[in-house]
Amino acid sequence: MELLYKIFIDPFVQMGTAPDLLVQTLWEGLVGGVLYALIALGFVLIFKASGVFNFAQGIMVVFAALTLVGLHNSGFPPPLSLVLIVGGLGFAAWRFYHDRAVLDPNKVIALAVAAFGLFAFFFLTRSVPAFIALAVTVGVMFVLALGIEKLVLRPLVNQPDIILFMATFGLTYFLIGLGELVFGGEPKVMIANELYLPKGSVEWKVLGGFVSLQKIDIAAGAIASIMVAVLAVFFQKTRIGRALRAVADSHKAALSVGISLEQIWVIVWFAAGIVALATGIMWGARSDVSFALQIIALKALPVLILGGFTSIPGAIVGGVIIGVGEKLGEFYWGPLLGSGIESWLAYFIALVFLLFRPQGLFGEKIIERI
Amino acid sequence: MRAPSERDAAAGEVLLSVEKVSLAFGGVKALTEVSFDIRRKEIRAIIGPNGAGKTSMLNVINGFYHPQQGRITFRGQTRARMRPHEAARGGIARTFQNVALFKGMTALDNIMAGRSLKMHSGFLWQLLRYGPAMAEEVQHRRRVEEIIDFLEIAHIRKVQVGRLPYGLQKRVELGRALAMEPDLLLLDEPMAGMNLEEKEDMSRFIIDVNNQFGTTIALIEHDMGVVMDLSDRVVVLDYGRKIADGTPDAVKSDQAVIDAYLGVAH
Repeated sequence: MELLYKIFIDPFVQMGTAPDLLVQTLWEGLVGGVLYALIALGFVLIFKASGVFNFAQGIMVVFAALTLVGLHNSGFPPPLSLVLIVGGLGFAAWRFYHDRAVLDPNKVIALAVAAFGLFAFFFLTRSVPAFIALAVTVGVMFVLALGIEKLVLRPLVNQPDIILFMATFGLTYFLIGLGELVFGGEPKVMIANELYLPKGSVEWKVLGGFVSLQKIDIAAGAIASIMVAVLAVFFQKTRIGRALRAVADSHKAALSVGISLEQIWVIVWFAAGIVALATGIMWGARSDVSFALQIIALKALPVLILGGFTSIPGAIVGGVIIGVGEKLGEFYWGPLLGSGIESWLAYFIALVFLLFRPQGLFGEKIIERI
Repeated sequence: MRAPSERDAAAGEVLLSVEKVSLAFGGVKALTEVSFDIRRKEIRAIIGPNGAGKTSMLNVINGFYHPQQGRITFRGQTRARMRPHEAARGGIARTFQNVALFKGMTALDNIMAGRSLKMHSGFLWQLLRYGPAMAEEVQHRRRVEEIIDFLEIAHIRKVQVGRLPYGLQKRVELGRALAMEPDLLLLDEPMAGMNLEEKEDMSRFIIDVNNQFGTTIALIEHDMGVVMDLSDRVVVLDYGRKIADGTPDAVKSDQAVIDAYLGVAH
């Protein structure tokens, strides 16, 4: 009896008697949820356009944040410049060897990468101003997307999805190694001030109490909303968006209407890289930039199950449900179970969802005629 | 039915020629020294028993397969290896034997996807869906609506294609190929699995496309009645070899063709 009371009555009495605390908990959950959603968004982008679950999305978040901070602190590391020079020139040479004709975009990009490597080797060896570091990081994410397409995806065209999934595992460990090698493994502090991210908090007087809202959290919410809105429209209503979805549905049909798979994959991995960068900045600003962040990325899994693997708005709604559910559970029901509820509640919610709505809240349920 | 003589006069110079093309998968020979040509504005049928290499032939033309030997000349240009999206850029569109649509997308989006190559606005404009990207979107949407009207599928244009009956899926697929405004349209069994009424509709669309847009068409079909009615010239393949080539009437009475279809007494 007493247990039932504690489960079903007591938490709601608490909510009723201290509504400001409830609002604070909801807000914390909302913010956590938005950050989960940002990670989930990266997964959705790649899943939507290639049917591949990209296990490396978490490490891409860490890698992007690490690159940004590392560049600002100690400049572009010479070994990485050398890799870019050698890689860019090597790739261009390989392309020229195969096809000596005119400069195609591949060669131009490869040469540009090599040129950037040279520039970085001579001029970017010391601390780089924050916004230049940001721009260079965007460039690094682009090169990463190019590299993934050329070296990982293209050799695996037409392989079963599980093979591509395993390849993203390989990519994960490669990026962990590369990140540690180049920037070191110790946690770093995100350059929030230098990027003019707001800090401090605002007090919000509500329901006879105070709720404190971190400004960085408000900014994270705003940025996430804008990204989701832009990406949702982009995917639904534009040529490239249609091409992305087309590639996900049928490779051969996409090829037959003249869509280039290579181009689409680079675009989508680059977009996922940009989302990873934004996520890395926001997560980094709240905690530290460390490799532990990639574990949090696994929380995106329940978010995806809830929202549907193919839905951009679903990522946001799923993220918010998981975030809020987690915080409420931790705060009101946690003491009953000796706390620590936060680490598994998300998976539990996802499991319940799988039973009743396996395609997620917004996922497409493809009905096929047979 | 149209008079063959009148159609022959309309057919122009050679648009595509296939010379001694051989294709093998390991030890299996799909095509052996096949040669034929397709003239501008004609309807060219490729027929043959199952496993004759008809679909392989289309896949070679469209760049999905690369033949080990032989040459293909399209619009006067001979190419060694062409990839599918390059073939599409060159003006070759196609449909597939078992319908390859973008199942999760609406009929409208499927056909719009066929315009991908005609749209050029930059990535950034696309991201914002503003300015040039928006203008382009409107302009191409207009053209796509014309195709939708032409194929009489206006009522299903917002329906996810996976939910459509087979006959309509085939029609949407034709629409997607037409949206590319191709010089050469390859149809792989456009009437497979259709009932009589659907076949008649599809035949009408194929003739109209050929007449109104002047599109050259190469089609694979099993229904002999349809083939004989529609096509100007017919190529017959059997076990990867060409056994006959000519007008429907000539092919129909060719002894090799009759043997291939009915078998030979030993």
